[in-house]
Amino acid sequence: MVETSPQPGPLIRARGLRKCFGAFTAVDGVDFEVAPGEAFGFLGPNGAGKTSTMRMIGTVSPVTSGELTVFGLDPARHGAAIRARLGVVPQADTLDNEISVLENLMIYGRYFDLSWAESRRRAKELLDFVQLTERSNDKVEPLSGGMKRRLVIARALINEPSLLLLDEPTTGLDPQARHLLWDRLYRLKQRGVTLCLTTHYMDEAEQLCDRLVVMDQAHIVAEGSPRELIDRYVTKEVLELRFRRAENETDDSLQLDGKLDGLADRVEQLPDRVLVYTADGEAAAAAAYERGLRPASVLVRRSSLEDVFLSLTGRSLVE
Amino acid sequence: MLALRFSPPLALTRPTNIVSRNMLVYRRSALVIISGFFEPLFYLFSMGFGVGSLIGNVPLGNGSSVSYAVFVAPALLASAAMNGAIYETSNNFFYKLKYAKLYDAIISTPMSLTDVARGEVMWALLRGSLYAIGFIVVIVMLGFAGLGLLTSPLGLLAFPAATIVGFAFAGAGLAATTFVRKWRDFDYLQLALMPMFLFSGTFYPIDAFPPALQAFIQVTPLYRGVHMIRALTTGTPDATLVIDAVYLLAMGTIGLAITSRRLGKLLQT
Amino acid sequence: MTVLGLRPARFGTIASRRSLRFLEHDLLVFRRGWFNYLLSGLSQPFLYLVAMGIGLGLYVNRNGGTPGGVPYIDYIAPALLVTQAMMAAAFESAWPIMAKINWDKIYDAALSTPLEPMDLLLGDLMWIAFRTTLLSTLFLVVIVALGAAASPLVVFAVPIAVLTAIAFAAPIMAFTATQQTDGGLNAVFRFGITPLFLFSGTFFPVEKLPLFLQPVAWVTPLYHGVAAARALALGQVEPVGMTVHVAALLVVVLLGIAAGRKAFIRRLVV
Repeated sequence: MVETSPQPGPLIRARGLRKCFGAFTAVDGVDFEVAPGEAFGFLGPNGAGKTSTMRMIGTVSPVTSGELTVFGLDPARHGAAIRARLGVVPQADTLDNEISVLENLMIYGRYFDLSWAESRRRAKELLDFVQLTERSNDKVEPLSGGMKRRLVIARALINEPSLLLLDEPTTGLDPQARHLLWDRLYRLKQRGVTLCLTTHYMDEAEQLCDRLVVMDQAHIVAEGSPRELIDRYVTKEVLELRFRRAENETDDSLQLDGKLDGLADRVEQLPDRVLVYTADGEAAAAAAYERGLRPASVLVRRSSLEDVFLSLTGRSLVE
Repeated sequence: MLALRFSPPLALTRPTNIVSRNMLVYRRSALVIISGFFEPLFYLFSMGFGVGSLIGNVPLGNGSSVSYAVFVAPALLASAAMNGAIYETSNNFFYKLKYAKLYDAIISTPMSLTDVARGEVMWALLRGSLYAIGFIVVIVMLGFAGLGLLTSPLGLLAFPAATIVGFAFAGAGLAATTFVRKWRDFDYLQLALMPMFLFSGTFYPIDAFPPALQAFIQVTPLYRGVHMIRALTTGTPDATLVIDAVYLLAMGTIGLAITSRRLGKLLQT
Repeated sequence: MTVLGLRPARFGTIASRRSLRFLEHDLLVFRRGWFNYLLSGLSQPFLYLVAMGIGLGLYVNRNGGTPGGVPYIDYIAPALLVTQAMMAAAFESAWPIMAKINWDKIYDAALSTPLEPMDLLLGDLMWIAFRTTLLSTLFLVVIVALGAAASPLVVFAVPIAVLTAIAFAAPIMAFTATQQTDGGLNAVFRFGITPLFLFSGTFFPVEKLPLFLQPVAWVTPLYHGVAAARALALGQVEPVGMTVHVAALLVVVLLGIAAGRKAFIRRLVV
């Protein structure tokens, strides 16, 4: 990353950050920093503590213990001042179904003390940005899932925030809608908006994030850029083998009789397939065949963050 | 060979599946059902005894007069039967039809739309009957306490009569709901029910109104229901009871028929 | 740094300014559907006024049943003015608030802006005050048109109705904020609002209630609202009684807001 100006302080800084709900610990002592202008991600399965972390950053959830600053301010004391500079895209759409698309944005601008005229001007501009201008006067309910998401993003931008928090921005959207959304987020990033997002999709993390932390069971288990994480925790390629199972086979694990031993850096057995981590997938496939394995299907692919997560936790990211 | 076991016709058993399904739902919120029982009682005590203390006796049509509580109790029973039927066949039925898509799932089974309509009416009647029985029990118990509200043994026929009132409004309620497009439309239903509740001879004899209005009120369903039940509980029956019963049974039956047809239009597209 | 002079909302005037922001939201919603709202809000008290005041009034008046023998319609009109405000306020602080908290999560969205929970509470209370003022004023016009007001002091029954409305709205909003589903809201209406409507002196004096129930009526806000409005409408104002009624309503309003604040923070800030 090229820095032309002197390094300013981090936008978000967390040290030993914890969040408990009664006896349940949702976030257990995490450390991270988000620098201005970067796209930072929390990757992890449902229940890892991502949303709790985001809500603390958004100052809508009190910190249980540890240290958290946003824009250098303490959320407990300066919540309103922090929120004034923040854009939030929550996991649920939280749109107002009783008023129109345009009115949803305008009234939200009023909450930031914008004048009606300014609020309307920005709302129109943002509807254009998220390609919803034709739907301005429609009610919210008939919009598609992708349109609602775009509207929520437009709403989060009404106060021209320098930091945008996105909690699972594309969960539940079809591929086309996701790509459109990613494109808009990418443009925001180019304009210098800092993005901080959670996701349980590795492709999303790889597309959008400069840097990310992997969260699992309330802890951060790894940190780095997507490329770094892949280089550090997995091999360049993965060989995926699927076997036809015998009718009477009840055991969950496949009987490989050690035929893959020594063939790869690591072998991961999943209920439906075997993952062989190796620098050269084709070569490993040939070797497996020589050893007498007869898989029903063979696939060689590049390693992804999914593999990183699997190697870190022994579980897959999306069940 | 003779069949050894009696098996009821499918036309009767299939609709009961709807009843069973609704019972499963309400097992978890029985309070909602039970609480409906209190409303007519609150009105009975407030109007019958509270306001009754300001009024004294009220004339019946036949020249005799009764205490206000005796006058108003049968009307509240008829209204309770109406309300019980309407609760189930308006908002609840609309939710199942439009949002839960319950019937879309059901019509892929051997159940017919008529089964659905009959089942929902049965359910509404069951709920309404519960309120009617509860109300009658309270009235009888008040009788033991010296506050005689039933002046005739014919009063026990008030229960089947209330069921007929419930049937009429359940059928009509279902039919009306099949025409509803959005929640707000139910405001109009309230606009029809509220005047019926207040002006059907419920709280005072309708001869207070101008003749034209009286004639109009006499053809509205709740008036017929109140008239029928009041004649029974006050022991003043006459031939017009037959008109009441036929009117209400026809209303329910026509409502059912319309519902089956409308469901076909809405679901089998 | 003393961040832009912003202090926690509970101390400053900022709370009231920001709660006006949320009031604007509600007004925006009201621009649609105001006709239906007024129609359904006014039709019920109007029908009761005609059915009971005029129709049933024939029998009550014939018997000289009301205290002091005032016409029955004059007796119930101010009571209905207060009960319609109570009903509208109770409804508004139940399902619509549940929707904002739980179903549409409008409050969550608003809390991601500089607004605080207290702004939402006060904003929505002002909103209910606005709506009930509108409804009560229109209903007052109906009452006067039907000649059911004995004294010009009846105009002061409108603020009494609105105060009663808030005395119901604030605690019910607090209660709504503690509920996960609307089952409890139904119970509030079935076992709270409906019996109050029927037994708090609306249609007959509470002195006609069994002796043990009379003290129960005295502690309900509706009793005080109805008694105060009736005294104004009949022109029978008695300074001590009026002070007690208004003070009782104010106490309930304040307690309700305190409870609402606590419940909103508990529910929305987790």
